[in-house]
This record gives sequence, C-alpha cells and structure tokens, in this order.
Amino acid sequence: MEEKIIVAIIVSAIAFFSIYAFTPILIKFLEKRNLTVKDVNKMGNVMIPRPGGISILIGIVASEIVLYSFFPISEILAIIITSILGFSVGIIDDKKTMGGWFKPLALAFCAAPILLLGAYDSNLDFPLFGSVKIPSLYLALVVFMIPIMGNTINSIDVLNGIASGVTTIASFALAVSLFILQNYEIGIACLCLAFASLGFYKYHKFPSRIFPGDSGAVMFGATYGVIAIVGQVEVIAAIAILPAVINSFLFLSSVKKIVEHREIKNPVKHTDDFKLKSTDENHAPITLVRLLIAKKPLSEKQICNEVLKLTAFSGILAVITAFMMGVRI
Amino acid sequence: MAIKIYSFIFTMWVLILIGGGLIVTIIGPFSLGGIGNVNPIILSGIKVGIALVLIFVWVFTLTKVKNWIFKTDVKY
Repeated sequence: MEEKIIVAIIVSAIAFFSIYAFTPILIKFLEKRNLTVKDVNKMGNVMIPRPGGISILIGIVASEIVLYSFFPISEILAIIITSILGFSVGIIDDKKTMGGWFKPLALAFCAAPILLLGAYDSNLDFPLFGSVKIPSLYLALVVFMIPIMGNTINSIDVLNGIASGVTTIASFALAVSLFILQNYEIGIACLCLAFASLGFYKYHKFPSRIFPGDSGAVMFGATYGVIAIVGQVEVIAAIAILPAVINSFLFLSSVKKIVEHREIKNPVKHTDDFKLKSTDENHAPITLVRLLIAKKPLSEKQICNEVLKLTAFSGILAVITAFMMGVRI
Repeated sequence: MAIKIYSFIFTMWVLILIGGGLIVTIIGPFSLGGIGNVNPIILSGIKVGIALVLIFVWVFTLTKVKNWIFKTDVKY
C-alpha cells in the first residue's frame, strides 16, 4: 500500500506540474503564430490561444507512462493509447471543421485498444442490485462509451473553465470511487487525469488564457471514458458527469439530430453589460447554460461557478453510489 | 432555476439506480430454458432487444420528467 501511495504522489505531481509548466510556453508559441480565436463572451476583441490540447496530452501521457512503468498492466496501456487517439481525433477537428458525424465515428475507433488488449470485463456493475453479464451488449457499450464521453465533455466546453473544471471535479470523484472499490491502480490512473485537468484549469478558468480546443476537450472525455471502462465503474462515471450528460441530453432532445456545435444557433445572447441571457429564438437548442440563465442574466463567471457546483453535487452522488456498490438488496 | 437543475440531477440519479435494478433483475437471469437448447447468439440478441426497450423507456421517462420540471422556463 505504501508503494502505491508513493506512486500516486509521483504521477499526480508529474500530471499537474508538466501542464502547469508547459502551458505558458504553449500560450506564447500559439500567440506568436497567431493561432488564436475570439472569446465571444468578452467585451472587445479578446483573442485567446487555441488549442491547449497539446499541453494536456503531455501531462496525461507522461504521467500514465510513468504509472505504466510501475504497474505494467494492459488497462493502463489502453488508457495511454486511447488518450492519444482521442487527442488525434480532436486535433484534426481543431485544424479542419469536420461534419457532425466525424467525431462520434472516429472516436468509436479509439475504443479499439480496449478491445484488442482485452482491458475490459463484460460484467456491468450496478449499485444495490449487483452485476449483470452482457458480453455482446458490453462490446457495444465499449464502442459507444468513448464517443459519448468525448462529445459530452466537448459539448460543455462553451465558457471559460467549464470543460477542465467539470473534468477535474468528476475525475476526483471517480478516483475516490475507485479507491472505495479497492481498484487502486486505475484509481491512481484517474488521479493523473484529475491533476492534469486541474493543472490546465489554472489557465483555462475565467478569464481564460488558453482554450483546450477540441483536442483538449475530446481527450479529457476519451480518457475519462476509457478509465470508466477499464476500472469497471461505467455507471459511477456517468453519474459524476451528470451536468455534462444533461447538457447533451437537453441539446439532443431539442435539436433531435447530431450536428457540429458550430452549425447551430447560439442559445444565448449578451446584455449591454455583457452578461449572458437566454435567447428568444425558439429554434435555438436548449442547453445547461440556457437553463441556468432562463430566469435572469448571469455573468460568465457566475455561470461557470454554478456548473462547477452542479458537478460537485453529481460527484457526491457518484461517491455515494460507490459506497452503495457493496450493498445488496 | 438552479434548484430545478439539482432536482433534475437527483431524479436522473434515482432513475439510473432503478434502471440498473431492472437490467440486473430482468436481463441477468433471463433464459429460454423451457424451450430447450437455445443458440447463445439468439439468447444474446433477445437480451439486447430487452435492453434497448428498457433504454427507450428510460429515455422516454427522463424526457417527460425534463418537460415537467422545465416546461415554464425554456420553450423550443
């Protein structure tokens, strides 16, 4: 146990400090090459460097490789390869805007390492009721999990700090849940994601100094998804990011099709003092942010705080669920 | 408004627990033992079918709950 605690401290430090140290260099690099986009929720012409996914890739992969050197198990190898593939899909979308179906399809292929390495167990565990063995259905779950998680985190990346903040809180909740379930190796792997997203949050929080881009957001989601599968905590993982899941659910149930987020009408507009308010446009999709500002306009920072509080609430429900895994009725 | 979203998250959590229970109690022990030896692929296909029906019911219920909670707030 002592060895595992030392490893956890080492890899968490690598994940956090590599991003903390590298991101300012990346910001300067991107600014110098004019790789910036307008922050549409700021007054004036505020340009923000993008994509920050490169720094997230370095933090997550470096820490997971060190973890793999201590625990050379196929589950951690699957996490490393799937994360890199998730980043690759995102960076393609950063460079060239692809159609709405590109990401889900490409991310489905990112699940290949999990299947090829056999880094999954076809039992699906539920709290209170036990587990169910569904071999063929579980294969479909593995293939769908990465696109769903990748797109879920990507679609909530709408305001400063939300994608990295939500990933940080959900990953810490998932790591705690994995420790409760005594799955220590994958719990430490999840700590890598938690500290990597925390390191990036430092620069992504309001007012953002860098945006993760699709490469960063999709990689956050893909890594979170693969950890959920190899750690056999699929249900707990879904609960921990319920605000992001709700955002996708509200969006899909109003738009009723899969579209690239840049193709849709903006569900929010700005007041004179640049707070965000819900649009009167009936055909703009319903999103979590639109719900939060339905009654009264809020500043970007207030909305971010509300979303992070909702994620903390979901994280608590996830940890309660982890405790309930050991209870049978 | 935030209270409504918290209640929606809580409802979704309860629905996940109930849905999980249904999957474990219905799909887990499901077999066609009375018919004789059934091809495992056919049995697996039937289980997938039941799971899809349960997922449809789950999403339908969630949509109704969503409409009920947020109906006065945002129109689409």
